[in-house]
Amino acid sequence: MATKLSPILQPPCEGVVGHHLLVSVSPHLKTGTTVERIMWTVVACLVPPLILSVVVFGFQTLIITAVSVASCVATEAIAQKLLGRPVTVKDGSAVITGVLLAYVIPPGVPLWMPILGAVMAIFVTKTIMGGLGFNIFNPALIGRAFLVATYPVAMTTAWLTPIRDGSIFTYMGSGVDAVSSATPLYVLKHYGMAAMLEQFGSRTSVYTDFFLGLRPGCIGETSALLLLAGGLYLIYKGYIHWHIPVSVIGSTAVLTWIFGGETLFAGDPLLAVLSGGLMLGAFFMATDYVTSPTQRSGQVVFGIGVGALTVLIRLKGGYPEGVCYAILLMNPLTPALDQWFKPKRFSRGANQ
Amino acid sequence: MSTQLATFPKGGVHPPENKDLTNGLAIETMPYPTMVSLFLKQHVGAPCQVSVPHRVKPSPDDAALFGGGYAGGLFRLLVERKDRVREGDRIGEIGTRLGAVLHASVSGTVLGVDNVLHYQLGKAPAIVIRTDPEAVAPTYTPVDWRSFSRGQLRERIAAAGIVGLGGAGFPTDVKLNVKPGVKLDTLILNGAECEPYITCDHRVMVENAPEIVEGAKILLKVLGISYCAIGVESNKPDAIAALNDAIAATNHDDGFKIEVRPLMVKYPQGSADQIMQSITGRVRPSGQRSSSIGIIVQNVYTTKTIYDAVALGKPLTERVITVTGRSIARPANIRVPIGTHISEIVEYLGGVKDDLCKVVVGGPMMGYAVSDLDIPITKTTPGILFLSHDEVDARAHGPCIRCGFCLDACPMGLEPNVIGIYVEAGRGAETESFGLLDDCFECGSCAYACPAKRPLVQFIRLARLEIDQAKKLKEAREQKRKAG
Repeated sequence: MATKLSPILQPPCEGVVGHHLLVSVSPHLKTGTTVERIMWTVVACLVPPLILSVVVFGFQTLIITAVSVASCVATEAIAQKLLGRPVTVKDGSAVITGVLLAYVIPPGVPLWMPILGAVMAIFVTKTIMGGLGFNIFNPALIGRAFLVATYPVAMTTAWLTPIRDGSIFTYMGSGVDAVSSATPLYVLKHYGMAAMLEQFGSRTSVYTDFFLGLRPGCIGETSALLLLAGGLYLIYKGYIHWHIPVSVIGSTAVLTWIFGGETLFAGDPLLAVLSGGLMLGAFFMATDYVTSPTQRSGQVVFGIGVGALTVLIRLKGGYPEGVCYAILLMNPLTPALDQWFKPKRFSRGANQ
Repeated sequence: MSTQLATFPKGGVHPPENKDLTNGLAIETMPYPTMVSLFLKQHVGAPCQVSVPHRVKPSPDDAALFGGGYAGGLFRLLVERKDRVREGDRIGEIGTRLGAVLHASVSGTVLGVDNVLHYQLGKAPAIVIRTDPEAVAPTYTPVDWRSFSRGQLRERIAAAGIVGLGGAGFPTDVKLNVKPGVKLDTLILNGAECEPYITCDHRVMVENAPEIVEGAKILLKVLGISYCAIGVESNKPDAIAALNDAIAATNHDDGFKIEVRPLMVKYPQGSADQIMQSITGRVRPSGQRSSSIGIIVQNVYTTKTIYDAVALGKPLTERVITVTGRSIARPANIRVPIGTHISEIVEYLGGVKDDLCKVVVGGPMMGYAVSDLDIPITKTTPGILFLSHDEVDARAHGPCIRCGFCLDACPMGLEPNVIGIYVEAGRGAETESFGLLDDCFECGSCAYACPAKRPLVQFIRLARLEIDQAKKLKEAREQKRKAG
């Protein structure tokens, strides 16, 4: 094979001598959306609830969040350095994990707890599984689950009392730390609806306070309104689909309505939706790309699974809140759901 | 005009169009270049055999030039160097049924056959002709094509060396040779031109609408059907108006029904499968030709050249290309002889700007980046892009975050994310069941949509290669076992 150009093919003109041309594979246009932009948008959508929590609970929540984020980022950077991988903390995924971890632990816990949680979340759950894109479980939730399992007292009692009306939950009284107060789901589970209503006055004010976030709870559990706004913005941007949030919230509401009351069909779906971490879980945790199905149909099944497990744990389990474990239990089903729900191939379309 | 824009339901992306650089510029004709290099293979099928009229003398260098791959008599080099050819002379003939003849695109002297840089194939044999500056362009006189029989029409199309100008390069007369028994009902003229930046089909539709409509009638006569839909993306209102005017002005007594169907602007609207589904709702079964669902698709520009070939007897020796991008001094839609080197086109348009980053032959979604400008254009080159640093996203790719954007983007319902992960893990040979062999046409929608900038199209190409290698290995092993 002749490989050299023969003399008859001298370039007819000089062309662009001096230009170093980039050669790469097609396509030569790429969308402006990047992993970084998606991640940082999610972080931005999570900031309003943090601001509200500072207003409601004081600066302790900000400190907890800052410690959690810093330790997640540091864990990822150190772990990647030690394993000889490129350090990718700039992509924002560790920041999201840090924020979410802080949002699902009680804001009154000692500061070493989010650090421990961060190591579990980032190093054990994500980095050693292969890094971004390869973890099986939601990192922040593993961090929380680990802390609940190892320090159950702190993780279920270190709630802060809302500054606005601290007296409403103080009836818990003796035996409980002075700074801690019970979460509404705890009160509901152990004392019943009557006790709840006794404190909030009327059903309407329960809903209002829950919706706006003026109640004890984790940072990210409190304001359904701001979480909903952030989640809807992510859907508007096309970064997440409505299928998971709607199916999680819908199935939780329906199943609570059916089974959550004294008799069948007597439960309170609105309270179930507004309480606990359901909004945070539905919009920001169950929708984690890596640990949820990619197909819409699979996402609906995944969401219904999360909702059903949440209701089961809330009503029959030992914990007052079930969203965390419901998502963690559904996470490993993701590969199977992706296998079962494949995209419809073109050639097997319309007229076949 | 229909009220609702037709489109395909599944997948697609909306890259920035950037057609405003050239879509208002009238087609201009570039002066003859100093030389042209005509690749022997500019089409799907076998390469051309080379012959120059009246002068037949084999060269001893053939084997060295073409290597063992062309042995077996398919290639007989019949060019004598220093032969004079006139524009439009037939200089290459096909040895098999699938292929297209080749014509001299300029008048001048044959310098020989040589390996010339090709934008896709590395180097490929091409006939090199030095232009005679004194030569006069040939003139063609119109004849009444209606007197020709269907067979004669096809003969004239074949003799003009016409291939699909949209990019695939499938020989047109072979496409028109529909097997008896196949029932056709629709001819679709593809004027979607969904590739960003490219505007050559757009300008041809605006400036040559009457020829396209006549060409459509020729095709309808050849195929023996009466309905033709011209699909045009709605971002070309002037092209739609020009075609509608041309249809209105034409003689309606011949029983042909031709109409313009405005299409939604969505990439890859101009892919054959997608435009067929957009216009007729029919889906081509995997692995079969479009004629199996009663449709023949032709590019609008191909249709114009068919008119030229049949009514004027003019072979395919030149084409309109869009030279654009932010780094060419003067973007333009220009008519150039096939085989013109890009370097001469650049010189004609005033050179390139300093911020030039990437040169792409073809459209930005499916074209090929080149490292050298001494590359000739072919029958299937729709344009050349000179992209500046601002237009090129050269970020490194990261891991798949399973966002599923590629699944939403893929018009064929494939899973580029999964294929990419298999290939990265060195297991590309196991991806055959994902359907990439039959269905992926490398439109690039997945890689465009990927936020991690993963080169998904390249992963799919690698997967195809690995599947192919695995099959060959298996066959070789089986043969060995049988022999042993």
